[in-house]
Amino acid sequence: MSEDIRIFLTDRRGVRHQLLAPTDMQMNLMEVCKAHELPVEGTCGGMALCASCQCYVNSKHLLSEPSDDEEAMLAEAFHVKENSRLSCQILMTPELEGLEVTLAPND
Amino acid sequence: MIKTDILIIGAGPTGLFAVFEAGLLKLKCHLIDSLPMAGGQCAEIYPKKPIYDIPSHPEIMAGDLIKNLEQQIAPFQPGYTLGESAVSIEKTEDEQFIVTTDQGTQHQAPVVAIAGGLGTFEPRKPPLENLKKFENQGVNYIVKDPEFFRDKKVVIAGGGDSALDWTIFLENVAESVTLVHRRNEFRGALDSVEKVQVLKNEKRIKLITHAEVTALKGSEKLEQLTVTQQGTTIDLKCDHFIPLFGLTPKLGPIAKWGLKIEKNAIVVDNSLDYQTNIPGIYAIGDVNTYPGKLKLILCGFHEATLMCQSAFKRIYPDKRNVLKYTTVSGINGFDGSQKQAAKSTIKSIE
Ligand SMILES: Cc1cc2nc3c(=O)[nH]c(=O)nc-3n(C[C@H](O)[C@H](O)[C@H](O)COP(=O)(O)OP(=O)(O)OC[C@H]3O[C@@H](n4cnc5c(N)ncnc54)[C@H](O)[C@@H]3O)c2cc1C
Repeated sequence: MSEDIRIFLTDRRGVRHQLLAPTDMQMNLMEVCKAHELPVEGTCGGMALCASCQCYVNSKHLLSEPSDDEEAMLAEAFHVKENSRLSCQILMTPELEGLEVTLAPND
Repeated sequence: MIKTDILIIGAGPTGLFAVFEAGLLKLKCHLIDSLPMAGGQCAEIYPKKPIYDIPSHPEIMAGDLIKNLEQQIAPFQPGYTLGESAVSIEKTEDEQFIVTTDQGTQHQAPVVAIAGGLGTFEPRKPPLENLKKFENQGVNYIVKDPEFFRDKKVVIAGGGDSALDWTIFLENVAESVTLVHRRNEFRGALDSVEKVQVLKNEKRIKLITHAEVTALKGSEKLEQLTVTQQGTTIDLKCDHFIPLFGLTPKLGPIAKWGLKIEKNAIVVDNSLDYQTNIPGIYAIGDVNTYPGKLKLILCGFHEATLMCQSAFKRIYPDKRNVLKYTTVSGINGFDGSQKQAAKSTIKSIE
């Protein structure tokens, strides 16, 4: 078993959480949030179809480029900023140790 | 007043399958759904995507799953109230429930099964300051009657199929149509994208990309809106603004029916029959919660089956009932149709 990584997440009320995320379970950040019972809907189950899991990436980690689907969804989401990503598209890998994110407002 | 045995709120896969299981017990069902079609999430969110965990279907499109369910339940002639949301429920003295929709349609049944999934799908609203003020005063989230927009100045925002489709359609009706989108790439049927390209080339519509609507203005009604395009602002005269950013589910009015709610879902007794804290009201499928709950289609099917058995006992407390295999009993539709396993041929060998 590989080691868990730490994700630092600020929720919509401004509270900072440290989440432990496994990197060998094919989990994405939206799922990690749900597993920690954070208020992330993830309505579409992780298909970049709903934007309910939008977050802002605050640290300088190198993330994979957003797919066309994610780009298209972000173009229809609200409160989008330069550093917006859909957390369901961020796969937990060892390189993401220490990732800092903030949940975007839910509409 | 529409009368039935089991009134099902929500025509997603769970509600649809409940009709079948009820039919086997000779119970009639009526379905209410706020969407204009049956199918719930499968129809609204991912009709063209495959599902791989429906038992005995190695792969099936969500839309096909719904089509098959509709076919399977057709012999039991379910009634439908579509495009209306169930908003209130009351209990009569003789243990009947009356459920009323937002359009005032009343339904009566001794048993109510809530199969409301994640809730009613509501339009996603852009975060604009006086959006609420102009709702139905120029801001419309759906196009019910295109004639309403005849000879009007219309601005549509969004980049999906509905934004494209309504741009194409309203171009024929409205005085002018402007489509605003944050990118110049659209995710919609290729055919629609190409049609909009033609309309733009022929200057029959105005397309503003890399832009979004940032302000609405008007005294009583919407009169003007501001589009911000890469830092610069454009003011447009406008009678109607139609933001089309898809739908999002909200549990909605059901949350206020006195049912025990946890984590945005209805608490049920899963060890028995998926009944809620109000006897006679059941909750099945994605809308319920209990220890170990999984929001999966196959779980909804199972819950619907047990619910129907319990509903039967509630409606006919004195009737005895035993489980029958469909292979043995066949299907006796309320429409008179019959399906039966072929009798085995028995022939002697001389
Ligand atoms: C992208 C995606 C992929 C999925 N993939 C799978 C998969 O591979 N396998 C799997 O098992 N599951 C999958 N699911 C989950 C599956 O779709 C749901 O479990 C299933 O749709 C639940 O069915 P349901 O009938 O309980 O609720 P829903 O499908 O949500 O239907 C509920 C219906 O109730 C209606 N409604 C709610 N409240 C009211 C009201 N007050 N008045 C009138 N109508 C109302 C809604 O309009 C809706 O149509 C997926 C979901 C999504 C979004």
